[in-house]
Amino acid sequence: MTGLADEGLTRRLKALACTAPLHDLDARKAKLDWADATIYQMAEIALHTIDQVTIAMDFDTGAGHDEVIDRLLPFIAQQAPSRMPEEHVRVAKWVLDNLINVGTTDRGFRRVYGSIGPGGYQRRQFDFKLLVELAARDGEVYLRATDEAINVLVGALDTDVESAQIAAEVKLENLINRGRLADAKLAAEQARYRTVQYGETLRAKLDATRRDVRSVDWEREVPELLDSALSHIEARFRAENAILKNITTARDETEDLDRKRRAAELVDIVGDCIRRHTRLQSRLADAGAVFRAEQDRQQFSGPPQRATLDLFGQLLVPTLGLPLADAVAPVEHFFHAAAGITAPVVPSLSSLVSLLLRPAPERDQLVGEIPEPELMPAEVSDKFGDDVWRRADELLDLPEVPRRLSGLLEEARRSRQPGLAALVALRAVHAYSPGVGAARRQGDRSVLLAVDDGTLLDDPEFGGADLLLSTASVERADEEEEVA
Amino acid sequence: MALSHSSVDAEAAARLVAFGMRPKQLPARDVVYGDLVRRYGEDNAFKALTHAVAAGLGLMVLEVNQQAGAVLAATDESVFEIKMDSYARQAKIRERRETEKVLHGLIHLATAALGYPRPDDLANDTYIGRVSVEQVDAMVREAARMLDERAAVAEANNDPLADAPELEQAWRAYTRRPAAAATKDGRLAADTTRGMVSRALRFLADQGFLVPVSDEQGGTYRTTPRYQIQVRELAADAAFDDLLALDVVAVATAGGTLRAAASDTL
Repeated sequence: MTGLADEGLTRRLKALACTAPLHDLDARKAKLDWADATIYQMAEIALHTIDQVTIAMDFDTGAGHDEVIDRLLPFIAQQAPSRMPEEHVRVAKWVLDNLINVGTTDRGFRRVYGSIGPGGYQRRQFDFKLLVELAARDGEVYLRATDEAINVLVGALDTDVESAQIAAEVKLENLINRGRLADAKLAAEQARYRTVQYGETLRAKLDATRRDVRSVDWEREVPELLDSALSHIEARFRAENAILKNITTARDETEDLDRKRRAAELVDIVGDCIRRHTRLQSRLADAGAVFRAEQDRQQFSGPPQRATLDLFGQLLVPTLGLPLADAVAPVEHFFHAAAGITAPVVPSLSSLVSLLLRPAPERDQLVGEIPEPELMPAEVSDKFGDDVWRRADELLDLPEVPRRLSGLLEEARRSRQPGLAALVALRAVHAYSPGVGAARRQGDRSVLLAVDDGTLLDDPEFGGADLLLSTASVERADEEEEVA
Repeated sequence: MALSHSSVDAEAAARLVAFGMRPKQLPARDVVYGDLVRRYGEDNAFKALTHAVAAGLGLMVLEVNQQAGAVLAATDESVFEIKMDSYARQAKIRERRETEKVLHGLIHLATAALGYPRPDDLANDTYIGRVSVEQVDAMVREAARMLDERAAVAEANNDPLADAPELEQAWRAYTRRPAAAATKDGRLAADTTRGMVSRALRFLADQGFLVPVSDEQGGTYRTTPRYQIQVRELAADAAFDDLLALDVVAVATAGGTLRAAASDTL
């Protein structure tokens, strides 16, 4: 049986892959150039981000970028209270961008995994996303967490939504009965994620129904789905109301402040679950009406009056199923035929002249007025003037005999140029560690060298060693090669 | 038989072809155009002459009628043809060129499929379809989801092979591409699928194939008779021949995907 693919292994590899982007954040945080980000626990922030997006998700919308970042800030601030709020915002944005994977065309992640199939060991790609951006009806872009992300988040990889939900409820009731509120909170939160996930599955189905009646089986599949969703909600209502009553009593009766607070949190979470169920249920009730309206709009048509193709079933779906390399030809031919014709643009000379003379069109609908920048005159940063540099160059051009720094300084003072002595001293010190490599790359002919032989500098202005200075010529390998 | 055409006839035929090159001009709005279209319908010699003039220019006359005017198509290598390469080139290409081309082509295919959802809509001259950016994108994603489910039912592991990306199925490439992405200035990012769809619809509107109706759902358009003719007479067959050659379509299933037929019995 070694030839069969081990599906469990594949599933676990994929689950593992989903966590990789989070580890990656911590691995890369040290390389950020805008802040010393090692203080932040990026994976924690990332999980928290996915949390926030998931909680904000409901049927119609998800979370807006700014909303998510606002909610993240308190968490990030706790990690690094000494840092500026601007840096916290930046960290939040960085984590969010990385979870979306901004910068790649597909805005997703890809891991390669191996599987053993009939063809032996094969490397396959697993593409996944953690957060996706979607456009709302009003054109705003918002975020939703993907199934992969929710799975990573709740740590329950590869489980059936329905059964996991029931398990969580049972666990929750048990925990409350035994008075373990910390664990109960965890279980309640997990239950809420399950609820969101369940709602997400249903949303996709209902959306598909609204879009295209033909793509959904309304005879069996959808009614079954609606039925099971309704009975699911019914069961959850009962369970959650019971739990709610239980913990409300616990909240009101307990003396311990900490327990009181935890119980209050639990009440909130379970209350939120119930609200979500209510919303889901009203959507389910609307589904039938949506179907009937769409049916009226889409359904009635006679038999084809002449032989034509079913564009969706006979062209689009088969083409979507083709490998990319094969799909090029049909889509290209379709485009070629369906795009129509274009008249080649050939301006006549007279119209070209008037075209060129025409004033540039106003483009104010594209960008607003460009603000006139207020420019400050640049500060003169050169401490030493050009002639001081030139004089220093002359002084430090020492091709044959090395000279002492003290002698050079004396000569510099004699020339009575202000600052010359200081520049000479500075350049001498700089030459103590000559940039030979840089000089070579730049193609300089010579480089100034300084050597300390132990003599002390006796000077009213400067202290240190009386360096020996000399100019060494740079040998250039490439030039020699050319000569040779 | 020796047909004799006067130069006046030739000018009239050429004018009809010229009208056809202005896709937004309609016979109903132009007396001269309307007369020429009527003459094309009644005068066989004039019809042949028009075809000849068009052929000489590298054009094909697909249909001439009062609703659509003269509908022309470019023959191969004609100066009037629009190449996929030049259409897709304007897009930012970071990924492989072929993927980009396939995505653009799929969007055009999906636009036609949404504009004429049933075979009868394509055949019925009076049918006017409606398309919107949101719906086109959603339809392709929905079709991709169906294919994904079908693959899951088959229980075959068909994740693409890492060393042969060109064998990846087209629907995977489409679903991988994000639908929307936030840009700094709040516009639609051009390399998202919605950005590509809205570009395709604007392009078709410029070609006189769609007419903008409203800004709802990212931009809503209705189809024109011209688009119907173009898709029915030429484009659908062109793509279908390729699919036949690849042996991925069974001709006998025509209409079989149309679930609406089954519910007549309800």
